[in-house]
Amino acid sequence: MTSPAVDIDSAPATPVRPVAASARGYWRRVGRRLSRDPVTIVCAAILALIFLSAIFAGHLAPADPYKTSMLDRLKPFGFRGHLLGTDELGRDVLSRLLYGGRLSLLLGVSPVVAALAVGGFLGTVAGFFGGAINTMIMRTVDVFYAFPSVLLAIAISGSLGAGITNAILSLTIVFIPPIARVSESVTAGVRNLDYVGAARASGAGLFSVLRVHVLRNVLGPVFVYATSLISVSIILASGLSFLGLGVEPPHAEWGLMLNTLRPAIYIDPTVAAVPGAAILLTSISFNLLTDGLRHAMDVRA
Amino acid sequence: MTEPLLRIEALRIAVRNSERSVEILRGVSLDLARGEVLCLLGESGSGKSVTLRSVLRLLPDKGTTISGRIAFEAEDLFELPMSALTALRGRRIAMIFQEPATALDPVYTVGRQIVETIRRHEGVSNAEATGRARELLERVQIPLAERRLLAYPHELSGGMRQRAMIALALACRPALLLADEPTTALDTTVQIQILLLLRRLQRELGLSIIFVTHDIGVASEIADRVAIMYAGRIVESGPVRDVLRRPGHPYTEALLASTLRRGERGHRRPAIPGAPPDPAELPGGCAFAPRCGRAEAACSEGMPPLVLSAPDHCILCRRPVNLGA
Amino acid sequence: MSGDTPLLTVRGLRKHFLVRGQSGWGGKQRLHAVDGVDLFVRRGETLGVVGESGCGKSTLARLLVRLIEPDVGDVIFDGAAVAARGGISVRALRRAVQMVFQDSLASLNPRLTVEATIAYAPIVHGAPVAEANRRARAMLAQVGLVPEQFADRYPHELSGGQRQRVNIARALALEPRLLILDEAVSALDKSVEAQVLNLLLDLKDELDLTYLFISHDLNVVQYLSDRVLVMYLGRVVEVGPVEAIYERPAHPYTRALLAAMPTMDPDARADEPPLQGDPPNPIDPPSGCRFRTRCAFAEAACAAVDPPLAAVDGAGGEVLEPDHANAGAHYASCLMSVAGSGHSRAPARIGVAA
Repeated sequence: MTSPAVDIDSAPATPVRPVAASARGYWRRVGRRLSRDPVTIVCAAILALIFLSAIFAGHLAPADPYKTSMLDRLKPFGFRGHLLGTDELGRDVLSRLLYGGRLSLLLGVSPVVAALAVGGFLGTVAGFFGGAINTMIMRTVDVFYAFPSVLLAIAISGSLGAGITNAILSLTIVFIPPIARVSESVTAGVRNLDYVGAARASGAGLFSVLRVHVLRNVLGPVFVYATSLISVSIILASGLSFLGLGVEPPHAEWGLMLNTLRPAIYIDPTVAAVPGAAILLTSISFNLLTDGLRHAMDVRA
Repeated sequence: MTEPLLRIEALRIAVRNSERSVEILRGVSLDLARGEVLCLLGESGSGKSVTLRSVLRLLPDKGTTISGRIAFEAEDLFELPMSALTALRGRRIAMIFQEPATALDPVYTVGRQIVETIRRHEGVSNAEATGRARELLERVQIPLAERRLLAYPHELSGGMRQRAMIALALACRPALLLADEPTTALDTTVQIQILLLLRRLQRELGLSIIFVTHDIGVASEIADRVAIMYAGRIVESGPVRDVLRRPGHPYTEALLASTLRRGERGHRRPAIPGAPPDPAELPGGCAFAPRCGRAEAACSEGMPPLVLSAPDHCILCRRPVNLGA
Repeated sequence: MSGDTPLLTVRGLRKHFLVRGQSGWGGKQRLHAVDGVDLFVRRGETLGVVGESGCGKSTLARLLVRLIEPDVGDVIFDGAAVAARGGISVRALRRAVQMVFQDSLASLNPRLTVEATIAYAPIVHGAPVAEANRRARAMLAQVGLVPEQFADRYPHELSGGQRQRVNIARALALEPRLLILDEAVSALDKSVEAQVLNLLLDLKDELDLTYLFISHDLNVVQYLSDRVLVMYLGRVVEVGPVEAIYERPAHPYTRALLAAMPTMDPDARADEPPLQGDPPNPIDPPSGCRFRTRCAFAEAACAAVDPPLAAVDGAGGEVLEPDHANAGAHYASCLMSVAGSGHSRAPARIGVAA
């Protein structure tokens, strides 16, 4: 046998990537990838604008959103300082759009946040413990999941009555099943991985394993999925308002605006299309943003 | 000298993703004679699988830069239009993979897949193709071949699936078989069966085989010639006996020394320090120099020269070992 | 090195899984993963466990660290029965017995730094965080990774060999006495495998460890082990000192396994495979001797009788309890080795005129 050219592993072992060049931390890596994705950046900027304009509606709106004028109804763009025209009661569309953004965004985001808390908890528990607990939770969730989301939202809203809180409540209930399902499957997948086994084999109790090892790895994918539901929530909320459930007049909300401006399509379609465009833009931006987020979080080194 | 069946010249492949461009192959050249078995031996990141896939142009189009030439039966494969390439794949050149479970379509029976391949390339009748499929299964030593034609891939055991994949690959009597680590995922007793089967088929059908593996033992069982790859280059190639008994490149020698053989126990093994390099961060000059006990300053500067220790045994090194006939 | 009581004794260990039938419908079937395993490991030795897929060695590993509960069987650690009254609790067992997993990205939590991963177990067992981190850094140094460079790294930033060192450091953080290594080097490149094997040898001496090394790679097992145990379809078919197993294998399966290994010599290539077919499914194993369906020496008696572990190598085919008292003995579970078993090749019963 030839004598080896090299001796024992005496060379110092260095990490695969040198310290300076690598982004330490998972979130920092995600941030870096996001910053290189032009689509995501643009969508984030658009959404930031929308959110800021909703928050500062009071300063930005040129007119009182509730002030009606029987003379200046359904005027086109640019009419006497009304940049986006007036609606069927003579109110400034731009101002109503800005104020309406508050309610629309609220109805879009808060049900998802609430559903994430409840559904995420239920799904993680079901996925982690398996067995009878899993069956109990998931089959109950499946009952709700069987209904088409729009019908479910309408049914719950209808029985609760109109109003913003009821709308938020019914949308939350609609979103709990899909989020619970996703968290359950992700948790069940993580639970079988070797590092969870190693944690259990070192004598850790179930809750320690859950908290330290499972949750962090589950929250990521579930969070991304939940954010993709925001655009759905906005559209559903608009739909509820359109149907007369949810937000009631004279409040400004994009879906409600669509409803009340519907007859005006025959007179001046552009004015009627404005709230629809706002819903569309917000929805698409959220969608593309979450796509970019998922892509950034997905790739391993 | 007869024309080699396959000739790869100065193959360079770079892959670009959103962040950077990485050179995976950095000038690979090899010849494969008719009826020869060549083993591409290397560790992870050496580029051996990429070399194999480039023969059939199975690399993603987007973001891949390829330069060099691959000639099969004197025809330049990179110049071929897509239609000619598709006709070539499966018919003249076939490939088998590491995971038969993913290479075989799970929703079709084994027989159907073989028959479809035969009919697509040769346009014979269903009956004739089925007869040939059965013969193929018998040839790869699958018992009860007639019944197995009707089996789905998941109904077969691992070794059987691997044999079925080989049968599928040989369906149209190719001249060249590309094997990408087909035995890596198999148990030892099944691995030797598949290796012997491939050897037998190779003899019977006059097949030429390029066999990619990381296992020196596998190479010693099946190869006529072996080419050692490291960091996107072939660092040594020659007849298998020569390379294994008198390795010329320090990497080959160290690899052989650190590989366990029967009858060795207890004492520390000579190990190569460090790890196989990341293709994205390769040093200049010889990629093995940082881990090489014989490296000198010049090794990291330029491309190492090609040294011949025998007419058919070449070594890419500035300070090879074991020189001399 | 060979104390009186072995460090680990296992008797009659069994674990069956209920799985859905192959065809999708139909009732559950029984997968005989581990089906009556006896073994022991002496202090300071390395017991190698070899076998192919379906033999149950990975299930055995998980049973020993109690990641899975056995159906039947006794596990005795250092004289105390595990999870039994008067014995040792599972939690206490986990301090003393640790497992090193096969390297994969899934063996380390991708969200925890290397230091946090190693420090986790001591923290769980009550060590203060600062102390646990200090230990973690000490372990990193011991496995050959410079703490300053590696403590704050994440698993995806490490190479396979480095990850495996972290796996080893994690297992050693609780100062265990027995380390179970489940295919610990199988996923590594050969050049890196040698490094990790060297490390394992060093650590064994430095920390006075005992190893149970599971692998399908016979060369590695021979290299590391003092005694070797061969498993087939959930049972032990042969066990004995490493030289005996590798030079005088008694069981036909062991012989086939050894013959199937590549010789590394291109001039000494095999002509015939030593074994036909695939390792069978642990669902519905054959009656009697489980290897008989692939055995060249199978006879009628093999289907009727389940061969016990009998001593070979000159002990005349006496059926013995594989006991630590006979630690140096070589046993095989084959009727050809059992005196008077009815197999044509069996030795004559002791006491009968030869």
